[in-house]
Amino acid sequence: MLRLIKFTTPFRRYHEKVIEYYEHPKNVGSYDKSDKSVGTGIVGAPACGDVMKLQIRVKDGKIQEAVFKTFGCASAIASSSYATEWITGMTLDDAMNLKNTDIAKYLHLPPIKLHCSMLAEDAVKAAVKDFQRKAENK
Amino acid sequence: MLKVISRLLSSLAVKEEIVGRSSYMDFQATTPLDPRVLDEMMPYLTYEYGNPHSRTHAYGWNTEKAVEKARKQVADILKCDSKEIVFTSGATESNNTALKGVAKFNLQKGKSKIITVQTEHKCILDTCRHLQEEGFEVVYLPVDKHGLIDLELLDKTIDEKTSIVSIMTANNEIGTIQPVAEIGKICRNKKVLFHTDAAQAIGKINMDVNAMNIDLLSLSSHKLYGPKGIGALYVRRKPRVRLNPLINGGGQERGLRSGTLAPALAVGLGAACEIASIELQSDTDHITQLAKKFYKVIIEKVPDVILNGHPVHRLCGNLNLSFAYVEGESLIMALKHLALSSGSACTSASLEPSYVLRAIGVSEDLAHTSLRIGIGRFTTEAEIDYAIELVEKHVKKLRELSPLWEMVQEGVDLQNIQWSQPK
Repeated sequence: MLRLIKFTTPFRRYHEKVIEYYEHPKNVGSYDKSDKSVGTGIVGAPACGDVMKLQIRVKDGKIQEAVFKTFGCASAIASSSYATEWITGMTLDDAMNLKNTDIAKYLHLPPIKLHCSMLAEDAVKAAVKDFQRKAENK
Repeated sequence: MLKVISRLLSSLAVKEEIVGRSSYMDFQATTPLDPRVLDEMMPYLTYEYGNPHSRTHAYGWNTEKAVEKARKQVADILKCDSKEIVFTSGATESNNTALKGVAKFNLQKGKSKIITVQTEHKCILDTCRHLQEEGFEVVYLPVDKHGLIDLELLDKTIDEKTSIVSIMTANNEIGTIQPVAEIGKICRNKKVLFHTDAAQAIGKINMDVNAMNIDLLSLSSHKLYGPKGIGALYVRRKPRVRLNPLINGGGQERGLRSGTLAPALAVGLGAACEIASIELQSDTDHITQLAKKFYKVIIEKVPDVILNGHPVHRLCGNLNLSFAYVEGESLIMALKHLALSSGSACTSASLEPSYVLRAIGVSEDLAHTSLRIGIGRFTTEAEIDYAIELVEKHVKKLRELSPLWEMVQEGVDLQNIQWSQPK
């Protein structure tokens, strides 16, 4: 189906993976911020045109599931959606090792869009830190 | 048999089939060539290939006749004399010629100040920046929240050192139309030359260079259903406006713009001007009706939509809308069946949001959410209905993806949040 669209309505600026993530984003949603098993990271600023909210639900030190919401361009939406997929099932330490270059490579982001992947990396780290902070304050 | 099965399967799998091209709704960026204009141009792209400056044979005489007819057609839409029209390669060249030419000529009279506006087209702003580097003083007047300049401030700013005032008639991004006649009057009283970039206004509003006291005017062919690659500069002869030419050579166009004219392009521009003056009212009615419908229905169906630019004094075919909490580039990508542009940072080469939106005071977060819809002569009601349906659907979808929308629904005041700075 995507190939049909690409043929008849060329949209050459984006890689088809980025388009796919916009058309069918994975893990869009919200958890209750006050829930103890949830870590929330909000990064970016509306003035910059990019705000990502990434939330993780953690059990036994592992990220069971993750959701996101993003105000930003298609590359930002794709980066944050892919980030939630990547970190699902990982331990917190592994998630902290997520590099923006992994996201950028998978989505074939051009240089001008690399900052979207960096913001997604920041969002993941912010979510993990938030969870860890909550766990300590128990 | 296999073909039948595969067709059946693909018809089951495909939810939406897109055939053809996206619907063009970016008429401020450029316009398609009107078929009637192409008809006029055809002889000069085929058998009438003479150089219009060739004096010695019919090849040249024929094309020269056509060019002079085109010149008259351009002069008629401005209500001036055809001797006052200089053909150029486009509005950018016309703007450069007007500003640099007048600034350099008037330097000998001790005038070195140029007044312009913050919302001008980049070709004016960049030319002014270049002139500043050469030692000229340039004042960039601010605009109000609708994009209009303050006439009193303009009056106060003009002094004996002012060489030229350059203020565009209609803005390409937000559509605001400046009070050109009043500006012309102020400049005439103060004996200062008034130049206006009318690229977006010609063919959409009635222009009269004498009634409006305009001394120099730039226009662009491809904004009024003419061919790309040609424009014109109106240079007043009574009283004579003197300027240094930008391009030297054989002395064509009264020495103001040397170079062989392209008869086909000139004829195209002339024909486009004639059609535009005849159809100005019918075009305006058609476009206004479509624009009003689009705006009215969108406002009803989609909350938190803001119109940028003046609500009344604006180009009928321009709708610059900010959809709060939805980022502009993602919206344009979602609306891939429509050809639009945005004032958002991501769609400009730098990551800065539109300077025009910033000049009218649109907050940075709203500047990232804007969309420019341009409606024109060939837009149909079906396209508008389709556009409304798509915009409503995708704005809703993107708001569901947006953390800002979620926060607003929860009652959070976005102005009071400490956002993290990107590293």
